[in-house]
Formats: sequence, structure tokens, C-alpha cells
Amino acid sequence: MSTDRANIDRDKPVLLQGNEAVALGALDAGLEFFGGYPITPSSEIAEILSQEMPKSGNKFIQMEDELSSMASIIGASLTGKKSMTATSGPGFSLMQENIGYGMMTEVPCVVVNVQRGGPSTGLPTKPSQGDLMQARWGTHGDHPSITLYPDSVQEAYELTIRAFNLAEKYRTPVFLFLDEMIGHMRESVHLPKKKDLEIINRINPTVPPEWYKHFKNNPKYISPLASYGQGYRFHVTGLTHDEKGFPTNKKEEIQAKMDKLKKKITNNLDDLIQVEAFHMDDAEVAVFAAGLVARSAKEAVIRAREQNQKIGLVRPLTIWPFPDNEVERMLSSTQMTLIAEMNQGQLINEVKRVTYYGEHAKYIKLQRYDGTLITPEDILQRISEVL
Amino acid sequence: MKNIPQKVAHRYLRHDKKFPHVWCPGCGIGTILGDFLRAVYSSGIKKDDIVMVSGIGCSGRMPVYVDFNTLHTTHGRAIAFATGIKFSEPRLKVVVITGDGDAAAIGGNHLIHAARRNIDLTVIIINNNIYGMTGGQASPTTPLGDYATTAPYGSIEPKFDLCDLAESAGASFVARTTAYHTVEARQIFEAALNKKGCSVVETIAQCPVSYGKMNNQTSAIEMLKWQKKHTIPVKQYRKLDTEKKQGKLVRGILVDKDRKEFTARYDELVAQFNKKKDSSESEKRSEEKKHDETKEKAKKEKQEKK
Repeated sequence: MSTDRANIDRDKPVLLQGNEAVALGALDAGLEFFGGYPITPSSEIAEILSQEMPKSGNKFIQMEDELSSMASIIGASLTGKKSMTATSGPGFSLMQENIGYGMMTEVPCVVVNVQRGGPSTGLPTKPSQGDLMQARWGTHGDHPSITLYPDSVQEAYELTIRAFNLAEKYRTPVFLFLDEMIGHMRESVHLPKKKDLEIINRINPTVPPEWYKHFKNNPKYISPLASYGQGYRFHVTGLTHDEKGFPTNKKEEIQAKMDKLKKKITNNLDDLIQVEAFHMDDAEVAVFAAGLVARSAKEAVIRAREQNQKIGLVRPLTIWPFPDNEVERMLSSTQMTLIAEMNQGQLINEVKRVTYYGEHAKYIKLQRYDGTLITPEDILQRISEVL
Repeated sequence: MKNIPQKVAHRYLRHDKKFPHVWCPGCGIGTILGDFLRAVYSSGIKKDDIVMVSGIGCSGRMPVYVDFNTLHTTHGRAIAFATGIKFSEPRLKVVVITGDGDAAAIGGNHLIHAARRNIDLTVIIINNNIYGMTGGQASPTTPLGDYATTAPYGSIEPKFDLCDLAESAGASFVARTTAYHTVEARQIFEAALNKKGCSVVETIAQCPVSYGKMNNQTSAIEMLKWQKKHTIPVKQYRKLDTEKKQGKLVRGILVDKDRKEFTARYDELVAQFNKKKDSSESEKRSEEKKHDETKEKAKKEKQEKK
């Protein structure tokens, strides 16, 4: 545990664990406050940050539970600090109420969920993709969700930085989802030089305090964000509120608030959505997979191509908002889509929804929820069964 | 003691907020808010430096009316949000306004951990012995045998003593006051605001509407008189024998001790690393200096040779 993480030689690749890459990505993105609670398989993120953050004067605190972890990072973000927590399924469940609070009050922060098997305590050390719908609908009420999902340790690092950038840009909690195996896997990672990183910071208000409205609506639906102690003295509440942040029961103000939450996402899909198409140009069969399953799928595609089978892969890096248009377009010329996921069927329904009117509406599923990874062989065998 | 001008509380209210407030006629929260604002005035803390954080319930509505940095959070979590604010920006004065249900039931965990860490928060628990906003359900401070809409046959659970709880968890300042004792309340709030460390002030408030309707106490005045009659100043109380303490509550500053505060401890940890950095940098510098010196020496020698 004596790695000098502040002085990693960025000219050559380094061997990093997925959770370590998330911690380094967060530090590179400008993390200033971490509040968390131990839970397998995410604990390394907190452990590494507890070592690194005091060195630079940044704040690390182990809270008394996940509810308070989520609360603490929202509080910290309201003082202008980039903040994050990291957890796994049971903890993610406990955070849901305050995640909704963060969305309603439009407070930037990053929540990492290193997924394990569920429901309940489930499988603490085994992989599962069982929380994908929870990332979309976990907290009550209509709400936005931005969820990023890497397939490698390298990408875990990159998407961590992107998660911070999106949180700051869109004034909302952003989820970074890891599969247990990515969290614990070690891979060679190329860390960019800090000066080459694109870092986005929240927009501060430029108006004098008496003109400032914490939730002022504008064509972009994203309001500048003041910090506590700057002289703006604004009010923040989880109650549905007007532009000043005061509770409201007026239907026009309720509608405007709810539209603001929705449209700041739906008006910016091009910026938010990333989908990888791998060998899709002439693919007759597409595999749709995300996270670590997509790694297996990529290997399966490579092997199938060696046998001259026209198979391709569609892999969303952004799972929420779901890439409706991209997935529909990519799957429009295929004859069949195999949806592979480590759950009892979550993203399959999204794929069906967006391709419902297509001619290609032939789906096969590969669902594994026995705590083991879907392998390239599993995917190739499933395809050979139906072809 | 600073002289308190009349209507000084008005200077701290938000005039652009839609009044009237949500509290019922006879409620004790308004009086306590007034006491608190007078304490802020006499403490001299600037509005910009105060963050008022609340949870859910009648007390939770307080921040919306006051001209500070304000945060109305989820049920029970005010202290957890406040911990994030205070730890990330220790120069701010963070005040938590919470109720008995908020602080002792759903948020009990955060209360004891804030006290254990001794983080510099001023936690004012407004205890009206009931869940008022939701219609008078039993809380962890509803006295044994009292009635509530969820204790229709009388409560069969003993109540919490919140001051004992805060003290044993490690808070460096613990006090109890009431809505009746307004001057004392202001003085205690001011002392709590000035204390570096976790300060917990339990403030007894009357709820003639939700609590009163279930317990034949619908007069706010009678309930205030009860507060006067059934509380005893701490000096007097400690001299009484156990028998005479029965049915009475102790009032005043119960704990005021010096214990290292959490953010100060963290600053010390950070300072350790800065020291190491400084010393390693100065080592580096002296090495560089040596290197330069030897270089210069060689240069000189070369020149001399020439």
C-alpha cells in the first residue's frame, strides 16, 4: 500500500485494479470530498481515497451508513466541492432517497455502484448486472438519470472523469456502474497527462445576489450554481419548488420544474450518449451487451469473424439515458439481435422498445444470473443454436 | 451581554418568502425561532456565514423563512447533510434544526455519530413529544402512557432522554431549555453557537394541536405553564434527591467541556503531510543548492586553470 499515486509515471502504462482506476480518475477529475461506507466489492475506492485525499488537503470521511454518505456529498457539493461516494447494491438501495433529493435539488455529484449479485445481500463477491433498472428508476417519482458503464479498467478511469464532467455540466447526480469483476480486475492502463485532461466545472452565477435564482429556468434548462458562503443565501428543498427554491403548489411552477429536470437530459442526448458499434457495418447478427459482458461479446465477435460469420456488437457506454436512436439505427439492418446480460432481463426490454417497429424484430436472449460471467463461448454457442 | 433591540428577528427573515408560515396557532416553534435569531444577533455571526439545515416535520420548515444559506433535507438526515457542509467548508457556522421524530427516531444514528465525532454543529432539537405535521403520531419522546394517534391506548414505550443520549455519545455541549424560557433559550443558543464542537440543545415546545388534542391539553398557555412548573434549573436540580426529581426535567447547560473537534483533527492530519512535503521540498532545494555550488566551484576552477 505504499504506491506513490500522486507521482505515477504517465509516459508508460501502469497496472491498475478497476476500483483503483476509479479512485485515480476521481482525483484527476478534481475530487474534493468523498463520503462513503464500506461495502464489498467497492471498498478499495474508499480505502485508496482515504490514503490520498488528506495528502492534498481534500476531505475524506467514512460516514455511519450509506444514507448519510449520500447526504454528506450533497452537502459538500453545495459548498462548491466536487464530491463522490462509492457503494454496491445494498448500499445503493439505501442511498436512493437522497439520490432523489440530489436530482430534485440539482446538485452535482458522482455515485459509483460496483455491482454485485442481488436481491438483498445476495452475492457480495460475484458479478451481476442486476441494478441496471435501479439506476433508472431506483428513487421514487419521475427523475433524470445519467449512468455510465465501462467495459475495462482503462474505460473505468476515463468514464469516472466523464461522470464528474457530466455531473458538473448538467447539475445532477451521475452514476458510474462497474461490474464486480471490473472493480477487482487488474489491467494495463494508460493514464493521460493531467494537462491533457478535459475537465468541466460547474457554472457559477455572475449576477448579484439579489437577482440570483438558484433554479432559474433558461433555454438550456441548466441554471448557474452558487455555493453556500458566497453571499447568495439561497434556499434548497426536496419539496417541489419555484425558481428561487421555495416550495410551491402552483401547477405552472410544478410543471416547469418537472420539465426542467427532464429536458436538461432529453435536450442534450448527443452530448450524453456514447455507443460503440463493433463490426456492425455488415453484421447480420448483432450482440447487444454492456459492461464486462461486452468484453466477452467482443471476443466472441472476433472469433466468429475468423469463421466468416457476420456478427457484430452494439455496446452502450451510456446506459441511461438509453441510446434509443443509436440502438435503433445500428440494429435496423440486422436479422437478429442477441441480448446478453447478467440478469433476468433488464436491457432487453429497452432494446425491444426502441426497435419495436422494425422489420428486424427477432430477439434472442442470453441471461445468466448464477454469479458467473457470460463467456465468449456462451455467446457463440447461443448464436449457433439459433442460426 | 449585548442589548437586543426590539423586532431584531425581523432583520433575519426572508421578506420575499410567501408568508404566513405553516405553524399552527399556539405552536412553540415560532418563539424558539425568535430566540434563535436574537442569539444570532447577539453572537454577531454574519448571515452569509450561517447555514441552517433541517430535516422533515414542523421544525423542518424553519429554514425557508430565514435569510441564511438554507437547506431543507430528507427525514432524519439533516445532521448528515450538515456534516458534509461543515467538513467541506469549516469556516461556515452550520446549524441543524430538527424535531424529536427527526433527530431521535429516523435520524438517531446521525445524532450520536455527530456527537461522537464532535463535529462543530449546533444541533437544536425542537421536542414537542409528537409527530405534529403528520397528525399526532407517537414519537420516541412521547412520555410513557401519553396518547397519540398511533398510541390510542397510551404509549407503552419509555421515552428517550435526548440530553443524556447526546452527552454519552460525546457531544461537547449539551443543554435543555423550553419555549417558555425565552431569555434563557437565547443565552443557551448563543453559547451553543459560540462553542467549538458538537452542541446539542433540546428545546421543549408545546404542540397544543397534535399532541394537545390527544392528551387534553389544547391550551398553549397551560402547556407553557407546564414547562415553567416541571423544569428545574440545573444547579438546583443537582442538589435535589431522587424523589423530588420525579416528573421533573432538568434545564440549563448540562455539559460544556473541551474536546477536540473533528474538522480540527482532520486539519492536523493534513498539516502532517504538508510538513512532510515542506521538509522533502526543502531537502530537495538544499540538494539542488549543493549541486549548483559544486557546479559553480568546478566552473571557477576551470576558469582559474585557464
